[in-house]
Amino acid sequence: MGYIMIVKIADNIISPLGMTSEENYREVKKGRTALKVYKDRWGLPEPFTASLFQGDTIENAFSSFHSHAQYTEFEKAAILSIHQALQQTDVNPSSDRVQFILSTTKGNISLLDDNPYKFPEERVLLGSSAKNIAGFFHNPNQPIVISNACISGVCAQITAMRCLQNGSCDIAIVTGADIQSRFIVSGFQSFQALSPLPCKPFDRDRCGLNLGEAAATVIYSNSAPQDSEERWMPVSGAIRNDANHISGPSRTGEGSYRALRSILKGQDVNSIAFVNSHGTSTAYNDEMESIAITRAGLQDIPVNSLKGYYGHTMGAAGILESVISMHALDDSTILGTKGFENAGVSHPLHISSQNEQTDKTAFIKLLSGFGGCNASMFFKKGIIL
Amino acid sequence: MKITHWIHIRPDVIILDGKALVSTGKGIEMLTSVYRNRINDYPKYFKMDSLSKLGFIASELLLQEEKERLVNVESRAIVFFNRSSSLCDDKNYQETIRDKDNYFPSPAIFVYTLPNIVTGEIAIRNKYYGETSFYVLDCLNTEKMKQIIDDAFQDEVTESVLGGWLECYDNNNFEAYLFIIKKNDKEEFLLDWNIETINKLIDTNK
Repeated sequence: MGYIMIVKIADNIISPLGMTSEENYREVKKGRTALKVYKDRWGLPEPFTASLFQGDTIENAFSSFHSHAQYTEFEKAAILSIHQALQQTDVNPSSDRVQFILSTTKGNISLLDDNPYKFPEERVLLGSSAKNIAGFFHNPNQPIVISNACISGVCAQITAMRCLQNGSCDIAIVTGADIQSRFIVSGFQSFQALSPLPCKPFDRDRCGLNLGEAAATVIYSNSAPQDSEERWMPVSGAIRNDANHISGPSRTGEGSYRALRSILKGQDVNSIAFVNSHGTSTAYNDEMESIAITRAGLQDIPVNSLKGYYGHTMGAAGILESVISMHALDDSTILGTKGFENAGVSHPLHISSQNEQTDKTAFIKLLSGFGGCNASMFFKKGIIL
Repeated sequence: MKITHWIHIRPDVIILDGKALVSTGKGIEMLTSVYRNRINDYPKYFKMDSLSKLGFIASELLLQEEKERLVNVESRAIVFFNRSSSLCDDKNYQETIRDKDNYFPSPAIFVYTLPNIVTGEIAIRNKYYGETSFYVLDCLNTEKMKQIIDDAFQDEVTESVLGGWLECYDNNNFEAYLFIIKKNDKEEFLLDWNIETINKLIDTNK
């Protein structure tokens, strides 16, 4: 099988920081965060800090271009994100050469708790919800949902690369989304994984993660316009398991290191501007990543985390954080790690605390999650030959 | 590509490489009796949710058939599919937070509210450091499943996949069709990995 060049042709982020990628990037560059303290939300006994959509943000944006009420908030966020990304292209989403790929961990899970609008029971099924989202765009293909815990957003992009590579589609519309709920927050609280304050990735005083809501989309194509414009390419991706524990990362960073080793094969390490880490701000995750990054020989490359701006957006994270990283490099910028002050991991890393300038045009995206899974991807920007 | 071994499990029957396996009980009890009679060295089994129990038992029976059981490898990927994701455990977890007076969220239940945990359980058991992926489809589509499993071989490290359909609605309502698929295997060859064979195996047993 010949190697086909895959390029990004559009992207979008819908989050509490903005409704387009550009708006999101501008806010992050300014150092804005959407993290806030919530008390008595969803009847939860303990307060928590999270990045949540305010009021009817999604509902209002959705009703401005579509009047139907048969979509849940999760589906509306995903549809809005896809719609906005599609507007940047001439892609016809109803073509059978277009494949929808959805990354989510819990989709419409809140319907189990509360279903005031009487959505059909099956809508809690991820495939059913995905079909509804792809159906909005009249796409005839069965949508693919990837639900690999926190690494789903990178897995979805790897799945897209593979579909485009084998020719089963010409365009892949990859969307990641998760909406927070009593179900998810109570679960993370039961794990004592949530920080009561805004998170501090890689910091010595970090004490847990914050959750976040977002939908993000990236559209990949197997045919780039023959022009001299520089475009983003997902070059390689890998998924590896720690084979160690279902809810704690490996002490040797095993899966993350192996995923990094795989994607670095044949790549020029000197071209890498930064590693955009998972950086959840839990004691174990950040420590594990410091080990994996060091084992992979990347300890001198700047490392950042975007969790201080968005919290952990779960199924959206891999796509949202890849898109922000691409926009940052379009602006020759390595974004700072909001919340980071003093190094707090055993293997010294070059954590970017402030925005920095760079002339490099490649980066690595890292994620790790429950089930011992880890994913990494290598992105670079260039002229398609 | 070849299927070297395959298994089909329903609440009342287990078929391994085309032959019915003698088992007692039904539903989860059947799985547990298989655990006691044929595995019995991994007490973590009892902590697992039903989806993981199903995946664990199916994978153990398959792997016991391999001439040389693979351990400690990166070359084997686990790629599963289903329709209901982790809904079975999601409902159990929901019960623990249903009302304020009876609020006891448990991390031991919450962790299984992700479908890919079963892939992690199998990776841990066998020290598989390769890819682990869980896909959700709105219905069983053998062509899509085959395409995604084939695509997993695009990762140069992957030489075999433990993959297939793993569905668990509740303790008495589940179905597994798992395969070991290898790039090249002359010694343990059983069937060709093609859509005709897959449709035959999955239809024959319905």
